[in-house]
Amino acid sequence: MRVVVDLNRCQGYAQCCYAAPDSFELRGHEILFYDPAPPDEARPRIERAQQACPVRAISIEPASLDREDAL
Amino acid sequence: MTGDPGIVIVGASLAGLRGAEALREGGYDGPLTLVGDEPYRPYDRPPLSKHVLAGELPPEATALPQQRPLRAHWRLGQPATALDRTRKAIRLGDGSEVPYTKLLIATGARARPWPGEGAHLAGVFTIRGRDDAAALRLALARPPKHVLVIGAGLIGCEAASCCRDLGVPVTLADPNPTPLARVLGTLVGGTIVECLRRADVAYRAGTKVRALMGEGGHVAGAHLHDGGLIETDCVIVALGAVRDTEWLAQGGLRADAGGLTCDAACRALTRAGDPDPDIGAAGDVARWPNPLYGGREMTVEHWGNAVEQAAHAARSLLRPDDPRPYRHLPAFWSSQFGINIKAVGLAEGADAVAIVQGDRAAQRYLAVYGRSGRSIAAVSFDQARWLPSYADRIAEGAAFPPILDATDQGRVEILAPGFPPARPGPAADERMREMAHV
Repeated sequence: MRVVVDLNRCQGYAQCCYAAPDSFELRGHEILFYDPAPPDEARPRIERAQQACPVRAISIEPASLDREDAL
Repeated sequence: MTGDPGIVIVGASLAGLRGAEALREGGYDGPLTLVGDEPYRPYDRPPLSKHVLAGELPPEATALPQQRPLRAHWRLGQPATALDRTRKAIRLGDGSEVPYTKLLIATGARARPWPGEGAHLAGVFTIRGRDDAAALRLALARPPKHVLVIGAGLIGCEAASCCRDLGVPVTLADPNPTPLARVLGTLVGGTIVECLRRADVAYRAGTKVRALMGEGGHVAGAHLHDGGLIETDCVIVALGAVRDTEWLAQGGLRADAGGLTCDAACRALTRAGDPDPDIGAAGDVARWPNPLYGGREMTVEHWGNAVEQAAHAARSLLRPDDPRPYRHLPAFWSSQFGINIKAVGLAEGADAVAIVQGDRAAQRYLAVYGRSGRSIAAVSFDQARWLPSYADRIAEGAAFPPILDATDQGRVEILAPGFPPARPGPAADERMREMAHV
């Protein structure tokens, strides 16, 4: 799956790091390092991270995309 | 699809993707084509000069999430080479033609190549695309004996930071007294100098490279203007970007090396100066009169602008009856040497800078820039949570310095920002390029 974080919005609250510790990591005081291509089985945790973000900085590709994107 | 070629987006990076999503979200249901010169679906560039160089992310992991179904035709691996507005078609590199009803131009920019002798030597790199980052990553993994980074802007500093994380010796050369001197001034740039010193980067201030020289086709050293020589087997050229507008030369639009000029609603201007209601532009390539700066024309080569301007330009294409001005406060982030740097506004031209939160000596602070008594920009070093409050004050043109009564503020220092003198030549445009992206 594909993930991107708007790092203009991110303020380092680190809620994503608690919700999906395999995919999000805070370095130093407030540098967010994240996996933009986590395995599909991480989706429930990543969606929790998305919900938990106080500044709504996390975007995820919908699971249904492949099905609905066909021409 | 009978007869209607639909909307064509030229440029399949962040702005192109977000523009496509905005068109669908805005109710556009017709044919949609995305044209890209690279063979890849849209990917995210900021990680390239950080985690991809460091070997933490493979280049292909940077593919961007597509946030909604686009049902698009993708024409990847073919650059647009010409625009024919009379026939409403673009030509691609393979000679084929793509007709359009409406066009969104998001061709972005490319790394400025090394302008002097030695540009084609092996071991000379730029960082812009996935392939650039992949090639440089391979070279860094070898590893080289000594890296020379030319240009201490955001990309140059991030690359130098990565090299040190990998344990590779690195020299960073720049004509200015500090990194990011034209973007943030030398006072704030001094914080980066401190980071460079701690990380054991050899920062060569006031240094201009004249030529790269090779041995057996591989770079071996850099000759300096002052006669000196830096021995290096790996050179990273980080001199900003040039806009991809050559393909527009015969299109009858106001396009040049500084960008494609648009009206306030992000619709491309014809040579006569009228907006073409069927052509919008967004991202690094789009030069528009920003109402937030009194209608001053600017291009903004940052991630946030690509996202917001693409949505705005898409709306202007869908609602030609209701064009609205695109008002944008530029913003960028960078992480380097373990510090998170974020900025809003345009600091260039500031006559004062105030440290309004935190401590400069501890390299954790927020600085606001002022000009003629107004707050115009702010930068935070590991103080991101304060930034939005100051961004609001900057957007409304509040007095400088803003917010003087916060309970956690110490005495607010007001200092000279230390911007280098303007360069000769087409200086304003050069300075805007220097803003170049994360």
